[in-house]
Amino acid sequence: MDLTYSPAEEAFRLDARTWLQANVPREPLPSGDTAEGFALHRHWEKRLFEAGWAVVSWPKAYGGREASLVEWLLFEEEYYRAGAPQRIAQNGIFLLAPTLFHFGTREQQDRVLPRMAAAEDVWAQGWSEPNAGSDLAGIQSRAVRDEARGGWRLSGQKAWCTRGAFCDWMFGLFRSDPSAERHRGLTYFLVPLRAQGVTVRPVGRLDGDAGFADVFLDDVFVPDRDVLGKVDDGWSVAMTTAGSERGLTLRSPGRFVAAARRLVELCRREEGRRPVDPLLRDAVVRAWMDAEAYRLFTWQTVDKLDGGGSIGAEASVNKVFWSEMDVRLHETAMRLLGPHAELCDEPWTKGFQFSLAGPIYAGTNEIQRNVIAERLLGLPR
Amino acid sequence: MAVRFAFTPESLAIRDSVRALLVRECTPGRVREAWSNADGRVPGLWAHLAALGVPGILAPEEHGGLGLTELELVLVLEESGRFAMPEPLVETAAVAVPLLRDVAARELLQAVTRGAQVVAVGLAGAPFVVGADTADILLMEQAGEVHALERRAVRLEPHTSVDGSRRLFQVKWQPSRGTCLVYAERGARVLREARNRGAVAVAAQLIGLARAMLATTVDYVKARHQFGKPVGSFQAVKHHLADALIAIEMAAPVVYRAAYSLARGDAHASTHASMAKAMASDAAELVARQALQCHGAIGYAFENDLHLWMKRTWALSASWGDAASHRAEVSRGLFEGSQAGGT
Repeated sequence: MDLTYSPAEEAFRLDARTWLQANVPREPLPSGDTAEGFALHRHWEKRLFEAGWAVVSWPKAYGGREASLVEWLLFEEEYYRAGAPQRIAQNGIFLLAPTLFHFGTREQQDRVLPRMAAAEDVWAQGWSEPNAGSDLAGIQSRAVRDEARGGWRLSGQKAWCTRGAFCDWMFGLFRSDPSAERHRGLTYFLVPLRAQGVTVRPVGRLDGDAGFADVFLDDVFVPDRDVLGKVDDGWSVAMTTAGSERGLTLRSPGRFVAAARRLVELCRREEGRRPVDPLLRDAVVRAWMDAEAYRLFTWQTVDKLDGGGSIGAEASVNKVFWSEMDVRLHETAMRLLGPHAELCDEPWTKGFQFSLAGPIYAGTNEIQRNVIAERLLGLPR
Repeated sequence: MAVRFAFTPESLAIRDSVRALLVRECTPGRVREAWSNADGRVPGLWAHLAALGVPGILAPEEHGGLGLTELELVLVLEESGRFAMPEPLVETAAVAVPLLRDVAARELLQAVTRGAQVVAVGLAGAPFVVGADTADILLMEQAGEVHALERRAVRLEPHTSVDGSRRLFQVKWQPSRGTCLVYAERGARVLREARNRGAVAVAAQLIGLARAMLATTVDYVKARHQFGKPVGSFQAVKHHLADALIAIEMAAPVVYRAAYSLARGDAHASTHASMAKAMASDAAELVARQALQCHGAIGYAFENDLHLWMKRTWALSASWGDAASHRAEVSRGLFEGSQAGGT
């Protein structure tokens, strides 16, 4: 065990910190889940890209720095520490890109990744449907072969597509063989949201932003070159990367370490104004310790990956922990704020509402606990 | 790359040899027997541990020790917890050896390292001394000083622990010039270290206890059938045990990091030790609770072994500072001192 950084890693951290200090907008941007805010966030993503900070772990050819996982974690720590804007590119760069690196053809990688990195194309995900949420294999949207044009015609409805109203492309699963068993006969497609036959309807979120969208597809043509992986093999394409890097990259510890530090500051500020319940201070300390624990846990995971190991169902341990830690952390902030927590423009209040989505998205925590019990503890289905 | 969390093959090898010993010599039946033994211990086990060099893991080689670090010791302690081993490992190997090393008490250090003597520890604030009746040496704190006393020099008043292998005593004793090992500023430093070491050591044991309780419970819910199915197929049971695993997985790296910080003499070692003890205590208590619930009535039966692990968990969770007191320590560092930083 050696928890010190190499000089190269320290230098990398310092570079990131220096650039972020000079470039992070002084005033927070409006929410990226609104039309106005999305445009400003896209502009921010382009600046990140131009400076080489958009996709640090990617190959240089695609705009990255070929950073190690440790360096990526350091960048994330610095990013959140600097209070930098939310990453509207995240579904593309953290969820689709690992899948593309693993299953994509060279042509697909060359065509999709540079535009994704530069936020020329911002990606939405198209997993859930009205009748397929936790039971994702219940997907009903169809892909029908169009031999004449060399591609597929997609029809159906995708639901809860994050920032779908503003994104350019969507990745998702469609049923290409209706006669096959539920988990088979699905194909992974890259779908242009500006294509003919696509209707996007914004859906308001709990916090009032138009962050969600329903995406309706009516005979939307997608050429063969936008099939990712093998036809009818979409489930394993989606799941292979769902467990591996995604378990690490979906929510990095830097986000929570920074939030916990802000919570300590909030508590200190409130204690300067009025007597604060010692139990509330205890909750602040717990939140800070949890964030540190998650950071150490992640290092352990990185070490495992660097040693040639892989993580699969272990990603579910991450997901349950960070999402519930985030809710507790924000609940504590709400209590510290007291009556001020009611104010709509209070950032903690906004954050609290978003934290409540954590145990639901990316697979509900109930599903994750089933995965932990069945695949890590070996309990019967 | 520099940041590495993994243990070295050498550390894992020592752990494995201790595990092999405990599989053989520290069965649940032996642990249960220790409850009614004269000394609360497993006969002959300490000699086996001494043969592996366990008491002197932290002792320098020139004094007969293995000259290794807290990173080897933490894994051995975790194993001792996994087997609910009722021996004075925390007091002797984790607390006394480095203390005796640091105050240059060579003869005592060598005797303890050889396994010829075991130690009981009574730091200020702890009402009871575990195993004081069978310890060869008692290390006692008073007014910032550490004193080493032979057993015949103290008077003992016994108390009964819920864990029958833990023999608790209030110790009446008189300090003298001849018994004092260390005092003043150096005493304060040695005592602070001893507290950190004790906290990390029992935290490691708590992780081991928790892993064992979870494993036993997983086996049980796979085998036990109700409604025509294994009870482990029901989501209510799955979710209890998933929570147990998450708690262990998040606490364990914190404990390992604390051991690393002790080994390096890190400036934040006290905070890291407190985090380790707080998280390991909470995790092990949660696991104990879920283990009992998922066992159902059989887990409540005295003849079932689960309570041996649970009661050790309760006892250790409350000793060497409970979770709340360690969080208060972390809180002081966070709010009053410099930010107790990451590594």
